[in-house]
Amino acid sequence: MNKNNSSTVTAKPGLGLNAWMIAGLLFFTVPMFSAFIFSVQVGDGTYTLGAYRRMISDPGFGEALWISARLAILTVAIAIGIMVPTVTWLHIRAQRAKRIVEFITLLPLIIPPVVIALGFLGSMPLWLKDSVYMLVFAYVVLSMPYTFRSIDTGLSAIDVKTLVDAARGLGASWRQVMVSIIGPNIQSAIFGAIFLTVALVLGEFVISNLLLWSTLPVWMALVGMSDAEGAVALSVMSLVFVWLLLMLLSSLNRRRKVRVNVGGLS
Amino acid sequence: MTEQIQSRNVVAAIPNGGDSRSRRQTSNLRKNLFDYSGLIPFFVFATLFIGGPTFAVIFNAFLSNEGSWTLANVQLAFTDVYYLSLLSSLKLALASASTGVIFGLAIAYGVAISGKPKLQKIVSTASGVFANTGGVPLAFFFIAAIGNYGLVTVGLQKVGIDIYSGSFTLFGFSGLVLVYLYFQIPLMIIVVYPALEGIKSEWREAAVNLGASKALYWRYVGIPILTPAVIGSFFLLFASAFAAYATANVLTQGTIPLLPLQVGTLVSGDVVADQANVGFAMGLVMIVVVGIAMTFYTYLDRRASRWRKR
Repeated sequence: MNKNNSSTVTAKPGLGLNAWMIAGLLFFTVPMFSAFIFSVQVGDGTYTLGAYRRMISDPGFGEALWISARLAILTVAIAIGIMVPTVTWLHIRAQRAKRIVEFITLLPLIIPPVVIALGFLGSMPLWLKDSVYMLVFAYVVLSMPYTFRSIDTGLSAIDVKTLVDAARGLGASWRQVMVSIIGPNIQSAIFGAIFLTVALVLGEFVISNLLLWSTLPVWMALVGMSDAEGAVALSVMSLVFVWLLLMLLSSLNRRRKVRVNVGGLS
Repeated sequence: MTEQIQSRNVVAAIPNGGDSRSRRQTSNLRKNLFDYSGLIPFFVFATLFIGGPTFAVIFNAFLSNEGSWTLANVQLAFTDVYYLSLLSSLKLALASASTGVIFGLAIAYGVAISGKPKLQKIVSTASGVFANTGGVPLAFFFIAAIGNYGLVTVGLQKVGIDIYSGSFTLFGFSGLVLVYLYFQIPLMIIVVYPALEGIKSEWREAAVNLGASKALYWRYVGIPILTPAVIGSFFLLFASAFAAYATANVLTQGTIPLLPLQVGTLVSGDVVADQANVGFAMGLVMIVVVGIAMTFYTYLDRRASRWRKR
């Protein structure tokens, strides 16, 4: 019997592979479809978008979305505002400092978010702890591993030094260099960093929950305690949005490979 | 570059040779200072918002309520419920990482040898998306599927299968291991795929030409090349499961003690007064555990990258 089995497997090498693929496909799609159907099904077997309507019209939804949106915009602005000039500078002047800067940006992967929340509570001044905007600084920290890597990859693909020297030699100010030269050349890398940061802020639960701010995921968890359909509907909406962002991101990554080598012009 | 040339010209223009060396040093120093000045905003930010909080955790972990130095907090973190939560977090991370490694490796290997570029593209995009899926929504997805009233649970009950008849529950240890696989498997695929791609068919041909059987090829070529990548990935998955908070918080509601949840409880202030700083001590323990895992990952990843396709 055993021998028989193994001979069939060697005869059709595709078979085992397909079983894995199907199992994997089921594992990743069943929760997704279950969630969608769960959110639109009513007890008597009919379907309705009632749970979605109920959630969107809830005043808590607007408030949570508004907090999360403000946090996302500010986090993106600060993260990009710090990381793009810093990484550009690393490429043109301070290559030797690259390893230490990269190490620092990777620290948030070693310090779990729950510990970052603890540390913020233990080190920030009271006026900042009382403000929802303290979350922005925590989120910029959390985004650093991704923003650094994305922008660094983008800059590595172009000849930054030549571009900057040429622009400076022609009399451009540093602001002009960043906005008109570096920015457009690493556009897709910057968009990639923005998407990842937005996805991160919209999904972040630990820190906002512990600091008692009702962001989207925190409100979602709260809804889930009394209204399972509503919470599942919210989860579907938020994950679909994040997935769209991430899919856009991976299509950007693919396009990045076929870019014109600007450095070759000089 | 231009700065360098300018400063060199300045030095050359100075007639007194004996003096030029010290001048060159000061101008080099000035150039170095200028070179690093552009990094000031980053370092200020990092000091305030990474350094500050990290320092606060370490500092408070060794501080008693009266403000003197003590090891009592750290000792307390290794007793009673705190110790139990450390153990169950380690157990969860171990179970989740090893299952993630096995399934992720199996799928990645299947995709790598399939020779279908379209499939490979789809799997790599999907892995990137699912590896970033976690948190609260993931918990509700699984509640909708295999919760007490989940679609799969109810559907299987209709055909006479009760997934809750045994020891399985979504809201306990086994459920967390299963749910974490949703981001662990894709993460494993992402990190191990380059290593699988790096295995060159020439090596197998060479081994076969020299008379090696399939088993011998794997024993002396395939497995030794893959081992650093696989073990390294294990440590990455371990760290990600060990630190995960949101999904566990929604699913277990504190029914099983886990270190991140324990730290969270202490942050929100439900705590006996004399144990106020034990949260910081547990935070320190978390940093140490994740730090060790990530160090192993980085080291093994560097070793594995030697064989990677360039």
